[in-house]
Amino acid sequence: MDYFDRFAIPHPSPAIYASMVAIGLTVIAILIGLTYFKKWSYLWREWLTTVDHKRIGIMYIIAALLMLFRGGVDALMMRAQTAVPDNKLLDAQHYNEVFTTHGVVMIIFMAMPFIYALMNFVVPLQIGARDVAFPRLNALSFWLFFMGAMLFNISFVIGGSPDAGWTSYFPLAGNDFSQSVGTNYYLMSIQIAGIGTLISGINFVTTIFKMRAPGMKLMKMPMFTWTALITNAIVVFAFPVLTVTLLLGTMDRLFGTHIFSMTNGGMDMLWANLFWVWGHPEVYILILPAFGIYSEIISTFSRRNLYGYTSMVASIVIISFFSFLVWTHHFYTMGQGPLTNSIFSITTMAIAIPTGIKIFNWLLTMRKGKIEFTVPMLYSVGFIPIFTIGGVTGVMLGMASADYQYHNTMFLVAHFHYTIIPGVVFAMLAGLTYWWPKMFGFMLNERIGKWAFWFIAIGFNVTFFPMFFTGLDGQARRLYTYSEATGYGPLNMLSFVGAVGLAIGFALIVYNVYYSTRHSSRNIGSDPWNARTLEWATQTPVQAYNFARTPHVDSIEAFWDYKKKGQPLFKGSIEKIHMPNNSGVPFIMSCIFFVWGFSFIFSMWIPAIITTIAIFACMAHRSFEKDDGYYIPVEEIEATEKDSEVLADENR
Amino acid sequence: MKTDNSLPLEYGTEQNKLNILGFWIFLGAEVMLFATLFATYFTLEHRTGSGPAGAEIFEITPVLIETILLLTSSFTIGLGVHAMRIGRENAMMTFFAITLLLGLAFLGVEIYEFTHYVHVGAGLQVSAFTGILLTTLGTHGAHVTVGLFWGLFIIMQVKKRGLTPETANKSFIFSLYWHFLDVVWIFIFSFIYLKGMM
Repeated sequence: MDYFDRFAIPHPSPAIYASMVAIGLTVIAILIGLTYFKKWSYLWREWLTTVDHKRIGIMYIIAALLMLFRGGVDALMMRAQTAVPDNKLLDAQHYNEVFTTHGVVMIIFMAMPFIYALMNFVVPLQIGARDVAFPRLNALSFWLFFMGAMLFNISFVIGGSPDAGWTSYFPLAGNDFSQSVGTNYYLMSIQIAGIGTLISGINFVTTIFKMRAPGMKLMKMPMFTWTALITNAIVVFAFPVLTVTLLLGTMDRLFGTHIFSMTNGGMDMLWANLFWVWGHPEVYILILPAFGIYSEIISTFSRRNLYGYTSMVASIVIISFFSFLVWTHHFYTMGQGPLTNSIFSITTMAIAIPTGIKIFNWLLTMRKGKIEFTVPMLYSVGFIPIFTIGGVTGVMLGMASADYQYHNTMFLVAHFHYTIIPGVVFAMLAGLTYWWPKMFGFMLNERIGKWAFWFIAIGFNVTFFPMFFTGLDGQARRLYTYSEATGYGPLNMLSFVGAVGLAIGFALIVYNVYYSTRHSSRNIGSDPWNARTLEWATQTPVQAYNFARTPHVDSIEAFWDYKKKGQPLFKGSIEKIHMPNNSGVPFIMSCIFFVWGFSFIFSMWIPAIITTIAIFACMAHRSFEKDDGYYIPVEEIEATEKDSEVLADENR
Repeated sequence: MKTDNSLPLEYGTEQNKLNILGFWIFLGAEVMLFATLFATYFTLEHRTGSGPAGAEIFEITPVLIETILLLTSSFTIGLGVHAMRIGRENAMMTFFAITLLLGLAFLGVEIYEFTHYVHVGAGLQVSAFTGILLTTLGTHGAHVTVGLFWGLFIIMQVKKRGLTPETANKSFIFSLYWHFLDVVWIFIFSFIYLKGMM
């Protein structure tokens, strides 16, 4: 009986039981559906075993959108709970679990895969490559992320969710104060997903350094590729810190060490330091690719080349450097003394300078441009003022002395949502709409897209702007309820109304996908936006080998110059193309990782040992495997390239 | 795959070059991993609670033996890679095998050292200091263990397939990994043991 007690939920509620039933029914429905439509072998052959960066990118998108809705439901529950004073919708423990999982899901399992989705799909195409440097590791990255996400998501129906906040500060998250297995879920699932991200980081840095098309010097790379390079460099340096931090947390919780404890010499500040040494660069891992996406979109829809390319590159490099020097601003009030606080205050505010340079460059790109307000452009233009509010309040928080007033209030919550939502979510939606035709061969409906944009933009401001006021008024974050006498009621109700608006906006995007899949024209050519970078020089849909002939690049906007000035892009004749074989190992290995993580979470040592051996067996299998891939013959390429516009253009 | 004969075998193909650069970047990540462990170790070094301090439990003899074993193994794998470069397959495999034996001996002494720590009352759960000490040493030891299996598999592949661009590439990357473990050990020796004993 004791055995089953471990898997029981410590604080069950009707909502959790309902979710259990819903999860069970969904799984059964998927299994029956796959069997009925005989899609098992299709699924295995075309998706689960794929090593094609484009398909991996699409799977990342699906996973990220699923997680967006899971995190969004958490968000709605929070806003509903605080909408009126003394609300009884959620109890304190349940509220703790909801804000913890909301943070983790949105940052680790929504924003990160969304970024890697677009990087995976776009970067190899933008640099004129056939694939990433290590296609099979790329598949492993995705599946590790995916299994980590799934492991985290079952926490609330098996054993209980983490409840110590997304930062999971020890000793609060230690065994004494957090007795359910929730924090174990946090440690193991982020560890698994984090290993996947680190592998991606190595993969993309190698890809961008070594696999650019001939002539594409570093300073001729498109801006999104630049941000991808810097982002992945940050990943390589920041994620090992997270790996160690989670390892030490696991040692404390599962093996009884005293690293973060209050007794036996443990250091209770250490977790905060280690966490934010990873956590602050993570903020820039999220925002830099978004800057890259905006640069592409603003330049495309202003019909002008990007203003200040060199300063754009310099500013992302400076931001990446500073990102490692500011972590202490997350805990000014923990008593590290005026000197330390001053130093971190200065480095923190200094980041506003390169960021400001980027904002001015975007504005100057639009100046005298022929601006077209397409959906991606709306998100990009909407981003600028909203993000600026986030930036300005960031400088307010960056002043250590003033921060003593508003740290840990809703002001902070408003601030970081004002940076992350326009910075990441808007960018991802803009990028998704922008690259959608390249991915799927049809456009998303502009009219529904604009409705969704306005619901999201207005809903966002209605939700989060009131929090600046309640925060300055003293409403603490993570407070599950409050009395009517505080006067927070009306503004919190307004936030809830805004959150509903946001939810409608996201629902419209889903409807747009459905509507456009059914009604959009399939005859859009390969370059529907009249864009400027190499990914639009491929066929739509993109063939498995990307480019039949390797492009030769002479300028920053090679494709634009090819279209406008007739600079030749593809030279020479078509040759046979080497391709990697599909492999089931990344998927199987990640499934084993899932069981491995689950075993550690519940301290089940025999399965933990067996799965550890199985993971190494998978690696040994790979080492011994002899797999040289295969070649696509010239005739086959010529047959598929016959309708390609780029080739047709050249014969004109 | 095309092979470029003007370069050493391990750099011969495009994929080989990618593999080596990718592995260097992975080593960069590993540097960060150990740097974080060291930083944590330095923070907790004197936070011994009611447990023993480093000076009370460190013994110079096993540590010196470990150091000599591991440093020698780094030398022998260098000889192995040299033998590979001049195409002497048997000499190469012999040196790789010696390297692994030295690594195994290192691991044996380390296991003795760990049991010694537990025996003198410096187990994992005693204090923050012992916890981070054993975690840091254990992480390095786990890397050596993985390296032993990895090296063994590579010897088996070279034996089976001979020196091809692929096996040469794997052997070279493994040697980078092994040298890296040695570099980490030098830091452990200097900044954990010597500093702790002073």
